[in-house]
Amino acid sequence: MITAERKPLEELIEYIRPFDRILLVGCNECVTVCAAGGRKEVGLLASSLQMASLKSGKPLDIKEMTLERQCDPEYVEELLPVIDGVDAVMSMACGCGVQEVARRFKNMPVFPALNTTFMGASERQGVWAERCRGCGDCLLGITGGICPIVRCSKQLLNGPCGGSSTGKCEVNPEIDCAWQLIWDRLKALGMEDRYEEIMPAKDWRTDRGSGPRKILREDLAE
Amino acid sequence: MKTNSKLEKILASGNLAVTSECGPPRGAVPEKIIEKGKLLEGAVDAVNVTDNQTAMVRMSSFAASVFLRQLGMSPVLQMVTRDRNRLAMQSDILGAYAHGIDTMLCLSGDHPCFGDHPAAANVHDIDSIQFIQMVRAMRDEGKFQGGADIDNPPKMFIGAAANPFADPFELRVRRLAKKVAAGVDFIQTQCIYNIDKFEQWMEGVCKRGLHEKAYILAGVTPMKSAGMARYMKNKVPGMDVPDTVVKRMADTPKEKQPEEGIQICIETIERLKGVEGVAGFHIMAIEWESRVPEIVERAGLSPRPQVD
Repeated sequence: MITAERKPLEELIEYIRPFDRILLVGCNECVTVCAAGGRKEVGLLASSLQMASLKSGKPLDIKEMTLERQCDPEYVEELLPVIDGVDAVMSMACGCGVQEVARRFKNMPVFPALNTTFMGASERQGVWAERCRGCGDCLLGITGGICPIVRCSKQLLNGPCGGSSTGKCEVNPEIDCAWQLIWDRLKALGMEDRYEEIMPAKDWRTDRGSGPRKILREDLAE
Repeated sequence: MKTNSKLEKILASGNLAVTSECGPPRGAVPEKIIEKGKLLEGAVDAVNVTDNQTAMVRMSSFAASVFLRQLGMSPVLQMVTRDRNRLAMQSDILGAYAHGIDTMLCLSGDHPCFGDHPAAANVHDIDSIQFIQMVRAMRDEGKFQGGADIDNPPKMFIGAAANPFADPFELRVRRLAKKVAAGVDFIQTQCIYNIDKFEQWMEGVCKRGLHEKAYILAGVTPMKSAGMARYMKNKVPGMDVPDTVVKRMADTPKEKQPEEGIQICIETIERLKGVEGVAGFHIMAIEWESRVPEIVERAGLSPRPQVD
């Protein structure tokens, strides 16, 4: 899923200072799962902003709404009945949702309430970790199911650097060395010899090398 | 001979090669690199010029190498994948070769989090093994990485690093094997203090015959003080300094510690001379270039052989 964290309250207050009526929009997908921008977080942020406005003596009207999927135009359309009654939107979705709302409502200021961080998985309750960069040419089939592009601090494709120590990365002892993990997996799978196949220089065109990417499915596109 | 590199000629002659290194200055001060170069001139066969080592900005390795070349020395151009994409690397290699620099070291580089620009982006378009492949193809096939022909291909003698002390240990010989398969000509190792572990690694290297495909230069760094020994042991990623070495430095009176550090370095070289597969030494005297000629001399490695 796409993970995100809420921006500091001060930054959010600064965004909406010029406005009296705000629409706070959550998303029911990834950011709900990572507890950053779902219905519950929309309610919490609305209360915090309301408290801040009371303290400052400037009244603030906050509407709350949580869409099924903010990156989908079909659901963003649901904002139509309420959008005219506000001066600005604060989106609690990932950057995709923020941009979709901004694209749909061209004259409406839209601010992000979250910092979108990465595509990751839940390691345990309350902990998410980066797992995928969306490079567009998946290598997991030859690296034992562990991605060196996103999980090695130096993005090394051919093995561990000289800073791998007791399974940890030199950058931070909290980070597992991706190549230690890959090696452990290859051994468990009896595929040690695969390590010595040189992975050639990556073609980054499938990543960001050709500019912003788009998927066109002829069979589905209208 | 694959290249015109002095280092290649000395290694091919069967002599133990000796290289050293100097870090370029943190400013536009050519005098400093020239001064360091002169301290090493004649004492060693080639001098590595580091590339923003420890991720701190310094004069470029390329520019500093040109100053050493102008002194008639043989610089080893170090280049890291951290700061440049494949276009920038290849253009610098062309430029360096055009300035008479024919020996280089392909590295991934220290992570920016250790340096003075922790906010910098990591490039890592290619890794160190793909880097070796690229330079080898430039030399042997006359092709850029993108496939086009090169007009007067750069004939670089290609080096890389190896750290026998990092984990997982069982991958360390295999990783060297990948560098050899990629086309590396010589290796300079991480500083050796744990000689037993180094010997264990070399045994694995020789068992696979890798020492016959690439020259292995054993890395050594003289320690100036017990504090430096402790720092290297505890703070430098991938460094293996046994307690006995730290204790030996710490048990020496402070004013005699630099001499003890030099002595340990010389003893290390003497012992490593007997290790099968060691083709020479890489003496990294960090901000201590002035003592390198003495180390070379006392380790019985001078005078340096003459080649044309």
